[in-house]
This record gives sequence, structure tokens and C-alpha cells, in this order.
Amino acid sequence: MVDTTPEKVENVSPAEVPEADLYHAHSFWTKYVFCQDAKVIAIQYSGTAVVIGMVGLVLSWLMRLQLGFPETFSFISPDSYLQFVTMHGMIMVIYLLTALFLGGFGNYLIPLMVGARDMVFPYVNMLSYWVYLLAVLILVASFFVPGGPTGAGWTLYPPQAILSGTPGGSGLGIILMLVSLAFFIIGFTMGGLNYVVTILQARTRGMTLMRMPLTIWGIFTATVLALLAFPALFVSAIMMTLDSVLGTSFFMPAIVEFGEQLSYGGGSPILFQHLFWFFGHPEVYIVALPAFGIVSDLLSIHARRHIFGYRMMVWAIVAIGALSFVVWAHHMYVSGMNPWFGFFFATTTLIIAVPTAIKVYNWTLTLWRGDIHLTIPMLFAIAFIITFVNGGITGLFLGNVIVDVPLSDTMFVVAHFHMVMGIAPILVVFGAIYHWFPLMTGRMLNDAMGRFHFWVTFIGAYLIYFPMHYLGFVGVPRRYWSMEDTSFIPDSAADLNAFITVAALIVGFAQLVFIYNILVSVFKGKPSERNPWKATSLEWQTETVPPGHGNFSKELPVVYRWAYSFSVPGTVDDYVPQNVHPNDVKLVSPEGK
Amino acid sequence: MEFFREIRGKPWLESEDAINNAQLGGSIAMPPVRLALRIFVAVVGVVFSLSVVAYSDRMLLADWKPVPEPTIMWLNLIVLIASSVAMQWAVVGARRDRSSQLEAGLLIGGACSLAFLAGQLLVVRQLDALGYFAPTNPALSFLYMLTAMHAIHILGGLFVWARTVFRLWRGVEVEKVLMTTELCAFYWHFLLALWLVLFVWFVIT
Repeated sequence: MVDTTPEKVENVSPAEVPEADLYHAHSFWTKYVFCQDAKVIAIQYSGTAVVIGMVGLVLSWLMRLQLGFPETFSFISPDSYLQFVTMHGMIMVIYLLTALFLGGFGNYLIPLMVGARDMVFPYVNMLSYWVYLLAVLILVASFFVPGGPTGAGWTLYPPQAILSGTPGGSGLGIILMLVSLAFFIIGFTMGGLNYVVTILQARTRGMTLMRMPLTIWGIFTATVLALLAFPALFVSAIMMTLDSVLGTSFFMPAIVEFGEQLSYGGGSPILFQHLFWFFGHPEVYIVALPAFGIVSDLLSIHARRHIFGYRMMVWAIVAIGALSFVVWAHHMYVSGMNPWFGFFFATTTLIIAVPTAIKVYNWTLTLWRGDIHLTIPMLFAIAFIITFVNGGITGLFLGNVIVDVPLSDTMFVVAHFHMVMGIAPILVVFGAIYHWFPLMTGRMLNDAMGRFHFWVTFIGAYLIYFPMHYLGFVGVPRRYWSMEDTSFIPDSAADLNAFITVAALIVGFAQLVFIYNILVSVFKGKPSERNPWKATSLEWQTETVPPGHGNFSKELPVVYRWAYSFSVPGTVDDYVPQNVHPNDVKLVSPEGK
Repeated sequence: MEFFREIRGKPWLESEDAINNAQLGGSIAMPPVRLALRIFVAVVGVVFSLSVVAYSDRMLLADWKPVPEPTIMWLNLIVLIASSVAMQWAVVGARRDRSSQLEAGLLIGGACSLAFLAGQLLVVRQLDALGYFAPTNPALSFLYMLTAMHAIHILGGLFVWARTVFRLWRGVEVEKVLMTTELCAFYWHFLLALWLVLFVWFVIT
């Protein structure tokens, strides 16, 4: 039998941070409002993202009401429908998911998980949140300007985005959207620099890069992606603003609008599409990679088993991130591109399936022979795997030019991207909140409400999006306010649309149960143990829960192992925290006690 | 432990424990603020690279009309080079603890940068006076946009430069502004390199 007794290890002196290097809040304003503590900033980011996300959710209800029961709601005009579609998409992708994963989870978890006191530039980190809030407020302001917000679709394609025939196209709607995006990117860059530098330079002793939890690897790679991809959106936003305000022709071709020749000429709408999707496709992974990392940790902790193929998981995250920059034009197969160009992008798109499949196999193999605890975080993690596989497989359809062309701009595409980058990451967000809520508040979320929330959300999501694939197959187009008498679409499509709407409303209201659960549990939830999930990573090894100012006690923790020491043979407990000295690990005696 | 060695690690092997336990924290041998500036510069580089790609793509379309470069653009280039050299001279002064050289370098560098910005404004006014107007000519639209973006980045640098000069005037020791001065110089060199690329691009197209 292999002797698993660890060798005696020399003590490593812990790092100490001088008091003067720590940020201290001295008033209510600097403690709770203009705070530089990453944990408070994380909560500010998350709160703002959830509030604006609720706006996005209500917009989706309005869209579904129109699709399910056309000619019933007089206040939903074709123009307002397009505005709902646009604002829903942009809010959910940028202002909710990106902000929540990187600004929310990133801020809360990075310093704690790598064993740092705080982010390396706390002041810039604070500014990052306030610029993000400004971006959100500018976006919200567009609802109240004459003509309302833009209805150009979340892709904001020119020339229609800045023409008067498009809702918000000739007024302030599109301008405010572009300005808001520019501010979002500026704010994110401030935060992103913090995340990357903190992970690279401020880890505690013994925390090598390959000892970091996969959550941190996911957030790190996603941040690098975002820092490199958002500039494309920034440049296109500037150029489109100039086209709209000053009348330049970066993207605007010669065009006649309502019988009038406009002063534009010679611009290239396709150029915008390239720039937009050079940002847009990595954006999928900016959302997905943190989810990949978090779900890896949830699975490992709640299955009491080390993550299968850790190093492969790290490299798969990095490979997916790198490949995400060479697939963008698969969003543009119907733009009239050279077939060889399409062939190239179809090939790179399918290659991404390889590292992605490695991750799915490794998640599954992590569960294999694990001591699976069907806690709520685990339920959401398993639901993520299933949903991500479903959404990923339809991606293989759409990645092929010949299959994509007939399916382009149909409900099939809507179903695909909602499954893969809407529902799947949101399931991880929920799982993560159930997992880390005890750390953030010292209390547990209500289990019964949590299970109700899980099952309604999970089953409901499938009731919404599975039928939507069939609608796409029969040719129901996306972004249409009404089908009217479209001969090639069967009447049953209307029934299916009504069914989807009812399911969407039910799932939407289940989220209110979740929010109620959070609000009640913050104050009246059952007090949690210090480490209720018996996790090994550093965020659970703080002196107090919730972690206090400066995260750790006077001395920073010293790390002796990776974050996946579960069910280690020969040890008494089924987990060994990262910071427990090897000499202090409780071992089973030779008699088996 | 260096970055590339770290990412080859196998944390589950006990045989690697001793090496991993010796890890002191950071992966790249430089202060966080220096690394942050390098990453920021990379991000700005991506912004300008994509703009140049867009420029070259837009050039292929039929309505592209070349624009003459006013002579003052060459003068501006010389002034920007001077500001970069002055910043480097300030760094040398700071490293040798010569406060007068540091102050002179910073002041000359800042003054040259302001002169460059004023010169760029003159370029726009000259082109305007010659009858060129941005919306009617995509080449000019790009020139104006890239010039403005570059100028905004210089203004950002001047904000940090002003803080450094202010600290020196308040009597802060040279040693305490060494890092900021080095960062300013690095940023100025980057902005010079960026403008050189843009300038050459404008001239050859």
C-alpha cells in the first residue's frame, strides 16, 4: 500500500502587511458608499447589476406577452417591441452578466481566494464601480428621452441603427446607448487592471498560479479577454457616434431615406459588423469562463472530490479564451462573405468544441465516484452542465455555414444563445450565490425556497427554450413584432408561442422568490457555520465570517497545497484546507482511528 | 518563481510541494503599478490597432480621397520627440538624485507636450482653412479621430505629470517621485511610438 503520510515540512514565515498599507474607512460615506474595500464594491456591483437585470427581465416579459398574445396589448407597438428587444439584450449581456461575474464575483472572490488584503489599487477599483453606475444611469436615461431608447437590436448594426426609421435612431436613444457603452468600457478597464494585477502580483505565500482555484483562473482569463475585446466595441461606438452626430461616413453608405438622399456616402456597414463581433464573440466567453471556473469549484466541493484534470482545465480555459478571438465572423455568415472566409471561421468555431468538451468530460469525471451532496449549489452546477451541453450542441449546427444560413435570424438562434450564454451562466450565478451567501452574510439561504427556485427555474427554462428551437426550424423569424398571416408558418406556432410566454412568466416570478429569500435570509436566515460546505479554499479560512476589513488576521495565510484536497487517503477529515500546515493535518492512526 | 515555470506546475504532486511552498506571491518581477501601466498600454495599443485596421479597410472603398499633411505636423513630431527625450532626461536625473535635472526634465517634457497639443489644434485649423471638412472625407475623419484620441491620452498623462510636478514643488524627496517619473517617461515613449506609427501611416496613405 502506498504510504500517503506527508513528509515533515519546514515552517514558512507568513507575510505581514504593514498597517499603513491598508485602506481604512473613517466615516459612513467611505465605509458604505465611496468605499475602497473590494467586498463592498462587489456588493455594489452585484446590487446594481441585479436591479438593472430586473429591468431586463421585465422587458423580456413584455416581449413575450406580445409574441404569445399578439394584438392584445395596445401599449406594445412595433417600435416599442424593438426597443424592448434591444435593451433586454444589451442589459443582460453587458450590464448584468459581465458586471456581475467580473465586478461582482471578481471583486469579492479574487482577494479572498488568492490570500490578499484587497485589490492592489483600491481607489481605482472604487472609481470603476462609480463609472459603471454612471454607464447604467445613462442607459436608463435613454428610456426617458424623446423617441425612447434605441431599437436597433443589441448588435446596433448600421446603417439602420442611426436612421430615423429605427426607434431612437435619429434622437438621443442611440447616442445615449453608445455613450453608456463607452463609459462601461472605461469603468471595466479600471476594474480589469485591478483583477489582473492582483492575481498576478498580490497572491499570498505558497499560492502558485497552479494552486489557484479554477474560479480565479476563469475570472482572470475572462478579464484578459475583456481587456483585449472591449476596445473593439469602444472604437466602433466612437465611430458610430461620430457618424450620428457629426455626419461622418465611417460605417454609413450612400443611402436614401424616405425618398431623401442623405449626406452619407461610401461607409462600410460590414466594417462595423467585424468590429462588433471581434468584441461580441469573446464577450460570450467573458461571461462563460468565470462560469466554467465557478462551476468547477462547486462540483468539486459538493462532490467531495478533487477536480478531474486540473491542469487540463486551466489550459482549456486559456485555449478557449485564445480561440475566441478567431471565430468572430461565424456571426456574419449571411453578410455576403467569401465562402473561403466562412470555411475558415467554421473550422475555428468547431475547434473550440475540443477544449470545451474537455471541460465537460472533466466535470462529469469529477462527479464519477464522488460523494455527491445534492445541495442547492450542486443542483445548479449539474443543471449548468446539462444546459451548457444542450446549448453547445446547437452551436455546432450554427457554426456550420450551410446549416446556419437557413437558420439565421430565426428563433433557433435565439434559443441557442439563450441556452448557452443566458441560462447556463445564470444557473452558475444562482449556484454561486447559494454557495457563497453564508460567507458574505454569515447566514444560510432558506433551503425550501431555494429548491423551489431551482426546480421552477431549471424546468421552466427548458419549457421556454426547447419549443423555441422548433419555432426556429419552421422558420419563425426573430425580432418580429407580429407574424400576421405568414403562410409558411403553421398556426400551431402561435399556440407554442403562447405556451412559451406562460412558462416565461412563471420562471420570471420564481426569481422574485429568490430575491425574497435573499432579503429575508440576510436578516433572519439560519446562522451558518464558519465553513458550512467544508471547502478548502482560502475565502473560508478567514478569521471571521463574513470576512472583516483586510480579509485575514494580522498575518496572511500561507498556502501549502491546491484547493482540491478532498477525500485525501489517510486523513481524518475529508478535506484539507489550503492553509493547514502539513504537520497539522490530522492523520488516521495505524489502528485506523 | 517565474511565470512560465509556475504555469507548468503539477500542484497535486507532493514532490513539487517544496518548490510551490517557496512561492513568495508575485509572478512577474515588477511592482504592481508598473505592471498595470504595461497592461493599460497594451489595451490602448489594441484600441489604436483596431482603429488602424478600420482605417485600412475603409481606404479600399471608392470615396477615399488622400489628404495633404500640413508642414506643421512634422514640427509637432519633433516637439513630441523632444518631450519624450526630456522625460527620459528627468528619469536619469531622478536616478542620480539630481533634483534640478529632474524638475527641468519634467517641465520641458510637459511644456513640449502642451506645445504638441497646441500644434495638433493648428493642424486641424489649417486643414479647415484649406477647405477640407471631416464629414465629406473619410481620410480626414480618421485623421481627426485618431489625432483626438491620441491627444486625450496625452492629456491623461499630463494629469499624472502635473501631480508629480506639484509634489516636487511641495518638497517631496526625489526618491519618492522616482517611480512616477519612470512611469511618466514610459508612457510618453509609448505615446511617441504610437504617434510615429500613426504619422507614418498618414504619410504613406
